[in-house]
Amino acid sequence: MKQKNNPLLTWLLTIGFAVVAFIALFPLLNLTLASFRPSTDLMRNGISLIFDPSTLTLDNFIFIFTEAEIYWRWFGNSVWISLVIVVLSLLFSSMVGYALAVYDFKGRNFFFLLVLIILMIPFEILMLPLFQLMIKLNLVNTYTAVILPAIVAPVAVFFFRQYALGLPKELMDAARIDGCTEYGIFFRIMLPLMGPSLAAMAILQGLNSWNNFLWPLVVLRSNDMFTLPIGLATLLTPYGNNYDILLAGSVMTIVPIVILFIFFQRYFVAGLTVGGVKG
Amino acid sequence: MLQTGKNSKTEVVQVKNRRNGGLLTFLNSQKVVPYVLISPFVLSFLVLSLYPAIQAIIMSFQRVLPGEVTFIGLRNYTRIINPTFFTALQNTTIYMILTVVILVSLPMLLAVLLNSKVVKFRIFFRTALFLPALTSVIVAGMVFRLMFAESDTAVANQILNWIGLESVDWRYNAWSGMFLMVVLASWRWMGINILYFLAALQNVPKELYEAAEIDGARALQKFFYVTLPFLKPVTIFVATISIIGGFRMFEESFVFWTSGSPGNIGLTIVGYLYQEGIQKNDMGFGAAIGVVLMLIIFVISLTQLFLTGAFKRGDE
Repeated sequence: MKQKNNPLLTWLLTIGFAVVAFIALFPLLNLTLASFRPSTDLMRNGISLIFDPSTLTLDNFIFIFTEAEIYWRWFGNSVWISLVIVVLSLLFSSMVGYALAVYDFKGRNFFFLLVLIILMIPFEILMLPLFQLMIKLNLVNTYTAVILPAIVAPVAVFFFRQYALGLPKELMDAARIDGCTEYGIFFRIMLPLMGPSLAAMAILQGLNSWNNFLWPLVVLRSNDMFTLPIGLATLLTPYGNNYDILLAGSVMTIVPIVILFIFFQRYFVAGLTVGGVKG
Repeated sequence: MLQTGKNSKTEVVQVKNRRNGGLLTFLNSQKVVPYVLISPFVLSFLVLSLYPAIQAIIMSFQRVLPGEVTFIGLRNYTRIINPTFFTALQNTTIYMILTVVILVSLPMLLAVLLNSKVVKFRIFFRTALFLPALTSVIVAGMVFRLMFAESDTAVANQILNWIGLESVDWRYNAWSGMFLMVVLASWRWMGINILYFLAALQNVPKELYEAAEIDGARALQKFFYVTLPFLKPVTIFVATISIIGGFRMFEESFVFWTSGSPGNIGLTIVGYLYQEGIQKNDMGFGAAIGVVLMLIIFVISLTQLFLTGAFKRGDE
């Protein structure tokens, strides 16, 4: 909006935003501070505004790095599951999105419509039959059970199709003349051109699976198979004597994401607002 | 003999090559390639989406016991009409309405202000508001639980005491329980919705503002007559995802009460589905709850498509 800037208004609004930003960051600040405080104190009192700075300690982190083996087991599970989901769902989805965008084939509109319909089905309704299926296939409490449903990623297909529509098709003809196969064209020429969209979807899928809760809660049964959110949630008991793992562990689930965010902010924004892409 | 043997061998190899070549050419033809590319997706769709969706509907008419499945007609659906489900439906609806109101109006206002040149440090504020979106509900909920703990020493009660109010047992009253869930969701989603609105604001043509200024429009008039009409599609979109997200809510409740809240103050539709379908292993009943949820969501999605005029426009 172009208008004469009233300096008073500017400062009032800026201060207002500072307050809003403070509210947004306040819980994260609290979490970080709390992770440096004795866990018994937190369990009894909750997070308080006033505390003695001399009680700050590294004990929680020391404990996690030296003794909390189970935490690292959960961490590893989460990393592995997220990694496989990102790779598989990106591979399959980009193939579909690309095919829908650049090839003219029978049933193209039908398959695109199918993608849009899957987008509308809430996962919760598929959950019970999928759970039954996992029991039948003897996959309960395995990584495979967590990963399988996530490899159908209609949002990503939709996003890749939009992106691939803008790819230069002349390159395909040039490559064909040079004797490149259709698959070579996709993997060696077009896929690299889709880099930014791949990055955005990698972040969306990665963050979703890193934070995913309901489905892993249903299919994972034993402590050593839990992902981070499930494992941390088991520590959320009123009698918990594991608040040291809970707090320091929570901080460490956020840190890798924040670091990625600092380097790839643009792709985070594109990935997390993907629903807004218009056809 | 030896010679002919060798010859026939090379012939065989040649034929094989030709056949392979044929298959490769076939697989490489532009008519076949797209089908090869979409096949993994179609396969996984059949097994992991279509089959479960059909199975869910069938199951909702069955009583599912281990090794014994009986058709019981509409009995699961008539069973849904019970006080617990209505509590879940009521909680979910209140939660949905509150989150939609908050998560549409506030992000719109903040985005409009952030988009104007009036505020300083805009990129910093945008980033700060976006950061909560990176946390999981579990981690965020845990922090909120400790900040809103029952003791007088926890942040929320400390603040209440400072301004002269009594401490609240946050997780034990219906109103404060709802407050916790709504605050948690609003905190996590605010930044993302701001980004949606900011993206839409980029598309408002600058000339319109200039024209409005020439006509002597004030800032508020410009907002209501120029900005707001342009924000209509994104507003409907953000409202829709908030409504659907509201109906699908589960984790925001789970993190505060695990799977049982006092007087079911935190019970939601999906929470009820989880309790009945997974914990009590009553899959038929759980499936029926899922079908009801899906119908609700379908109606909302279709309404959105109508509102945005998706059916009026001819498709490409």
